[in-house]
Amino acid sequence: MLHIVNQSPLCSTTLQSVARVAQGGALLLIEDGVIAATKGVDSPLSEIMARMPVYALLPDLEARGLANRVLDGVTVVDYAGFVALVAEHRNCQSWL
Amino acid sequence: MKKFMFVNRKAPYGTVYALESLEVVLIAAAFEQEVSLAFLDDGVYQLVKGMRTKGVEMKNFVPAFRVLPDYDIDKFYVERESLEARGLTEEDLIVDVTLLSAKELGALMDEQDVVLSF
Repeated sequence: MLHIVNQSPLCSTTLQSVARVAQGGALLLIEDGVIAATKGVDSPLSEIMARMPVYALLPDLEARGLANRVLDGVTVVDYAGFVALVAEHRNCQSWL
Repeated sequence: MKKFMFVNRKAPYGTVYALESLEVVLIAAAFEQEVSLAFLDDGVYQLVKGMRTKGVEMKNFVPAFRVLPDYDIDKFYVERESLEARGLTEEDLIVDVTLLSAKELGALMDEQDVVLSF
């Protein structure tokens, strides 16, 4: 399953819930969710990265001035990469 | 027939998510899909007994959960960790539920054809 998170880990518990519940597949961070993919932010991302690949959407990183702060191990994708991720997973969940 | 899971993570009344979820659940039921409901995080508050909403002038929509089995929707899954973190037990809930660990719930999500998150 592709798990999609669009909220900041500093304002919402969504990423904590994904860390607790998601068993595998992949995580894609979009919109404010990309904040979790940046250096110096305390979040459960490292725990998630130990279990599954993590992607972050470049246009959202760029829009927030965060594209040069991406954590090692996070794969940056464009919109076409977003579509490819959705296509290659059997199902997906946009966590709210 | 596809397996639909509705994932509910918001408390009722503070936002419209819980009510909207229930509306979509009823639509899915009309199309005779295999529907299950999952409640985690503050979503577990949607099932608490004894709601009185007159004071906030909002409709108490929660009794509708009780009639869902009449539409063949009887799979209510509650994440045990979320329930316990809020000092609640199964006895506090208005419907019969299946308690699952976070891992069990995650595995069940992976099996779905469609997951709708509220």
